[in-house]
Amino acid sequence: MLNSKIPAGNLDDKWVDYKGHCKLVNPANKRKMEVIVVGTGLAGASAAASLGELGYKVKAFCFQDSPRRAHSIAAQGGINAAKNYQNDGDSVFRLFYDTIKGGDYRSREANVHRLAEVSSNIIDQCVAQGVPFAREYGGLLSNRSFGGTQVQRTFYAAGQTGQQLLIGAYQALERQVALGNVTMHTRHEMLDVVKIDGKAKGIIARNLITGELEKHFGYAVILCTGGYGNVFYLSTNAMGSNVTAAWKAHKQGAYFANPCFTQIHPTCIPVSGDHQSKLTLMSESLRNDGRIWVPKNLEEKRKANEIPEEDRDYFLERRYPAFGNLVPRDVASRAAKERCDAGHGVGTSKQAVYLDYAAAIQRYGKIEVSKQGLSNVSADEITALGKEVVKEKYGNLFNMYAKITGENPYEVPMRIYPAVHYTMGGLWVDYELQTNVPGLYALGEANFSDHGANRLGASALMQGLADGYFVIPYTLGNNLADEIYNTPIPTTHPAFEAAEKAVAERIQTLKNINGKQSVESFHKRLGKIIWNECGMSRSEAGLKKAIADVQALKKEFWSDVRIPGEINEYNPELDKANRVADFIELGELMCVDALNRNESCGGHFREEYQTPDGEALRDDENFMYVAAWETTGEHQWQLHKEELKYEVIKPSQRNYK
Amino acid sequence: MSHNNMNLKLKVWRQKNANTTGAFVKYDVNDISDEMSFLEMLDVLNEKLIVTGEEPIAFDHDCREGICGMCSLYIDGKPHGPWQANTTCQLHMRAFKDGDTITIEPWRSNAFPIVKDLTVDRGAFDRIIQAGGYVSVNTGNAVDGNSLPINKDDADASFAAAMCIGCGACVAACKNSSAMLFLSAKVSHLALLPQGEPERKSRVLNMVAQMDKEGFGSCTNTGACEAACPKEISIANIARLNKEYLRAGLTAE
Repeated sequence: MLNSKIPAGNLDDKWVDYKGHCKLVNPANKRKMEVIVVGTGLAGASAAASLGELGYKVKAFCFQDSPRRAHSIAAQGGINAAKNYQNDGDSVFRLFYDTIKGGDYRSREANVHRLAEVSSNIIDQCVAQGVPFAREYGGLLSNRSFGGTQVQRTFYAAGQTGQQLLIGAYQALERQVALGNVTMHTRHEMLDVVKIDGKAKGIIARNLITGELEKHFGYAVILCTGGYGNVFYLSTNAMGSNVTAAWKAHKQGAYFANPCFTQIHPTCIPVSGDHQSKLTLMSESLRNDGRIWVPKNLEEKRKANEIPEEDRDYFLERRYPAFGNLVPRDVASRAAKERCDAGHGVGTSKQAVYLDYAAAIQRYGKIEVSKQGLSNVSADEITALGKEVVKEKYGNLFNMYAKITGENPYEVPMRIYPAVHYTMGGLWVDYELQTNVPGLYALGEANFSDHGANRLGASALMQGLADGYFVIPYTLGNNLADEIYNTPIPTTHPAFEAAEKAVAERIQTLKNINGKQSVESFHKRLGKIIWNECGMSRSEAGLKKAIADVQALKKEFWSDVRIPGEINEYNPELDKANRVADFIELGELMCVDALNRNESCGGHFREEYQTPDGEALRDDENFMYVAAWETTGEHQWQLHKEELKYEVIKPSQRNYK
Repeated sequence: MSHNNMNLKLKVWRQKNANTTGAFVKYDVNDISDEMSFLEMLDVLNEKLIVTGEEPIAFDHDCREGICGMCSLYIDGKPHGPWQANTTCQLHMRAFKDGDTITIEPWRSNAFPIVKDLTVDRGAFDRIIQAGGYVSVNTGNAVDGNSLPINKDDADASFAAAMCIGCGACVAACKNSSAMLFLSAKVSHLALLPQGEPERKSRVLNMVAQMDKEGFGSCTNTGACEAACPKEISIANIARLNKEYLRAGLTAE
């Protein structure tokens, strides 16, 4: 049985009680305890910094050339917190409720409530670090709205919130490096978890510059290695984002939870051709002011600006009048796909919808006129004033769009289409963020815990920093308090030697294949299979076919991949091969999980299970559980269920109408 | 949308590792769509090299949306190529025309040793931050975020400096390989905020000392760094850095 270790008592009191009663490690003992943190995004950098501040000896690892490059940096829109600075009815309970509902009732109440509780502390901490959040003229923090909510609780720094938060965490991390509490290993990739007597006690890492394998001991191993969206090949993730560390943990016995819960973000720049290597997100914050529409007429030939109002279908506003353009991501994505499938798509590919700022520019222009007390203002001047306001709010996003597409979004509507963006699934963890392997933890996007079947916008940054700054410092101590009697294990221990040998052999095997096809070509094929059958909509027949296709692809990969260069040198192709091999195995498990879940919920949409008007149809009676998969052999997994008990919130069909 | 395909000649710096000497190697790339990004054009070349049994060109890149700062490349004599306020990953092939010869080099600076081909080691930037590029506030020490109002203009100016992505284009553009723009962006980011005040003096002194230790050169005052910066970090930050440094030097105990 999976024990989620949720503390007893009222929901409001669980975290307070936990903190009041958890075991502690005294400062003298902390100094003797090495802890490994893999990944330096928001979760990893904040965890490594906070644990270093507490006095633990932290070893941090990242595959990039600097911890500041981790993909959290690309998060654009903002970070939620239940501050209620806007006096618009926000509270810890409402943030908790919105997150549970947004996740379509597939997340754990206790974890989500804790997330909402610590959200305010995150903003305070970041401000104290010097994160330059957007401010109003009175000098106080500014807020905006995001999808799936009716309050303004999102804090932001233009369209670069992730960058500013990560730099804050990175600077805190580098400060601990300077103080000698954290040792930073850049351009290192974790290639296995070392277990001794059933507990995680270290890792095998590869120095990506020299190709050397290294053995590192730690009293605990904390994985903050992000999500696995790159299984789709095309996603908004960075090119290097990968599942390898999490997958190695899974192969060492850690359960992988809800792998089929992936998020397709509604507003991305559409694919332009086969050469495309990644997709670019246009922040959800654009839906605050932009209006999404398609032409009503199937044979529409006119340019967007020439199509009159009566011939436009603002389909989100039409279908969901209460939330309009700010429905949650899964709902917005499916609605866009539905319109495109029905033939209303725009652009050369017909796989896009318009995101239009013309109305917002006029609205802001008129506000400026009255703000500045102007009179006799021409229509052109109003437009110019409006453009200035839009530029201040979203300028960097508009520039990015212009560079990629060659079009001016201030003049013509942007074309957007859904793309893979985030993965709610991940390593199964209990309330303490510990996997079922003792001593092995997963934080941030790498775990499954807080977003259920769909994540709300501006909640990923919140979760990453909550886990790293405010959860792991407590829960780690609670477990390490019992470890102080154990001396460090030398890396000459047979378990370390065996793990290192296994990693070396796998690399040698990959290199020896010496086939004809590039790693990239396999990755592209994998992505197509998963996108077509385990993407925005899924069916039994499609998933079964995908499983067979992925199995065949795996066989072909291991007999025909070509990796140029040597093992003992800087060799990005070899790094990629290691990652793609793991993505292939994960892709199969995603399809297995999607096939098992005979319902639709959040980002998981099974064509067989929908309401008459095309909304996701949950089956709470049979699927109100976390699907935690244990690997039991080649192509084989065993399902473990964690029942989800809703004690405070009554699950209902999500309604954004 | 136009779809113009072009044929190009590339001159690419190839170097096995830090201990060997490198040289330019010429490649032809054909049928390149103008909708591709510059790095996707290199992907196409690498795919061809791998299939024909040659070693692909190593270059740093990650987010490919202009924010992580991992990509570099000195393209036709300009860091991040011909477009203003742009990173290499956001450079699109529309910037070139059929028949062009494009020269691609790594960042060249003693403080950024070459790892392989076009990849360099920018660890020096991390060490400069370690010398003081932070506010010393442990987790849990913070007061309410709105307890200290900050003038919007200061907050905006601080943000404009904090946008630096640490790519190193400023160093690559500078004849002296100076890191002044990078350093000044961090000093300004924190000096403009009340949170940065307590460590204002020690920060600037220690960070400048570390910059010198890493082997970056002196400022040329030519503004090449500002012109190359993908995030348009203003050279006014260098003036602020000089002021901060002078002030700290004159008033330190």
